[in-house]
Amino acid sequence: MENIDLANIASQVRRDILRMVCEVSSGHPGGSLGCADFLIVLYFEQMKHNPAPFSMDAVNEDVFYLSNGHISPLFYSVLARSGYFPVSELGTFRKIGSRLQGHPSTDKKLPGIRMASGSLGQGLSVAIGTCETKKLNNDPSIVYTLHGDGELQEGQIWEAAMYAAANKIDNLIATIDYNGRQIDGDVEDVLSLGNLAQKWIAFGWEVLEMDGHNFEDLKVTLAKAKSITGNKKPIVIIMKTEMGQGVDYMMGTHKWHGSTPNSEQLENALGQLKETLGDY
Amino acid sequence: MKEIEILGNKDTRSGFGEGLHEVAKTNENVVGLCADLIGSLKMDAFKKDFPERFFQIGIAEANMIGIAAGMTVGGKIPYTGTFANFSTGRVYDQIRQSVAYSQKNVKICASHAGLTLGEDGATHQILEDIGLMKMLPNMTVIVPCDFNQTKQATMAIAEHEGPVYLRFGRPVMPIFVKDDAKFVIGKADTIFEGTDVTIIACGHLVWKSIEAAKILFEKGINAEVINMHTIKPLDVDAILKSVKKTGCVVTAEEHMRNGGLGDSVAQVLIQHFLAPQEYVAVNDKFGESGPPMELMTKYGIDTLNIVEAAEKAIARKNS
Repeated sequence: MENIDLANIASQVRRDILRMVCEVSSGHPGGSLGCADFLIVLYFEQMKHNPAPFSMDAVNEDVFYLSNGHISPLFYSVLARSGYFPVSELGTFRKIGSRLQGHPSTDKKLPGIRMASGSLGQGLSVAIGTCETKKLNNDPSIVYTLHGDGELQEGQIWEAAMYAAANKIDNLIATIDYNGRQIDGDVEDVLSLGNLAQKWIAFGWEVLEMDGHNFEDLKVTLAKAKSITGNKKPIVIIMKTEMGQGVDYMMGTHKWHGSTPNSEQLENALGQLKETLGDY
Repeated sequence: MKEIEILGNKDTRSGFGEGLHEVAKTNENVVGLCADLIGSLKMDAFKKDFPERFFQIGIAEANMIGIAAGMTVGGKIPYTGTFANFSTGRVYDQIRQSVAYSQKNVKICASHAGLTLGEDGATHQILEDIGLMKMLPNMTVIVPCDFNQTKQATMAIAEHEGPVYLRFGRPVMPIFVKDDAKFVIGKADTIFEGTDVTIIACGHLVWKSIEAAKILFEKGINAEVINMHTIKPLDVDAILKSVKKTGCVVTAEEHMRNGGLGDSVAQVLIQHFLAPQEYVAVNDKFGESGPPMELMTKYGIDTLNIVEAAEKAIARKNS
């Protein structure tokens, strides 16, 4: 896909995110906007997947787990825009009876979701489990995950990191949203991750880095990651992003992690993002 | 009084080990995960004969539950094995989100439950696990009574689609369930029929209840003994049918009074048929180190406690 086409999808997905969270005055726009370019490249370019009919077992399909479940608005928009469910359903986000729960869940049978997430730190273990099953089934597909950088403060992540390297889980590509911000402030101040790349290297992982807002870099790095699967090492990509990317007043601060714009601020934001595919 | 034949003496955890090995022969989707306790969980035979389907996770129970949940995507049926304490309390949030809420087909198999873990003491003697697990929507909770029943339950849960908590233990206890009995999830077994009091028990306390019923019989009391091996879903019909006949109940379990089998039975009685109930359970205390059977006595969950509770329940009924 051309970069311009990806950019058009990204603009629309960012509009979806903002309109979804504003309608219910809740949700997490900052990280959603920051990871939009990545998830769009993953779903529209990189992954081998069948939106319909959705298969929970994902035989011969790549699988993606969103471990930082709070950026669900992005996940829902990308799933809908990929054809997993009608785009109009985005308007039900966080409302009573919706399949689009505040954090992703499987119990409402929303196509595209294979595991609940929200309580942080669990997705890497889950992904490793699916990697093991794919190996047992001789299914050559890949399992992808996305994690927040703050999420890496959870101990379970490092249990999983140790297991994946020790057991040569080489059909796994984990990505870290390295935006440096969490609810209470900068990650550096809340609980520093130290030298993050060195930590993963020490745990036995192949480490790549990429710019989460450069489509060329996203495409090249994800392709490179895929090309080095099967080499008896798990792969992690440390992805530099800006929380709130695409909306000027949301960037450079942790303020918009979990708070939503008012109607005036929404208009301002939407003015910065072209409607390309039609609002839901 | 009906004679109960003792078929041998073994630990229930060995029933799990044999059941897992057996079910793996016929169901190729069964996989086993263990957190550094292969010997304690009796998973050696499974590991030896199905090495590609055995996963040593190390001392990382949260990771084990997550991996198990993820393995179901693609059709595997993971059995996780560790002590009951590390199978539940330590990983409650992982079970809640990745297994129960996500409706994953994971079988959480927990050994060394309760006081009969013995000398290791209270850090390892969980008495809250039935309560923790039964509160989770979508979770089935099974506490088999002896070696044979644990083996049968271990095999039966592979055929049940959905999360299961299977609780068993360490001590060698009499085997009295026939080796060809069919285990039906949610269907209680009546061991003795009686008219004066209903004793509803699970796990090791079923044998203690059999012993108690014999003592009661000698005192002229006919106790009905029900093996409530499935705590959830609870066999409400079996409870009501029996209590409507006997008019009073004793519940017996190797668990905290709060949140255990007794509380589940009490809910049924409150809603459908008021009758006196006495609890034989640990009352808001942590355990301690000691020989398993002596701990049962000290903490009031032994045969004579069931006898006393039955007499008290009958007295309340008649007052």
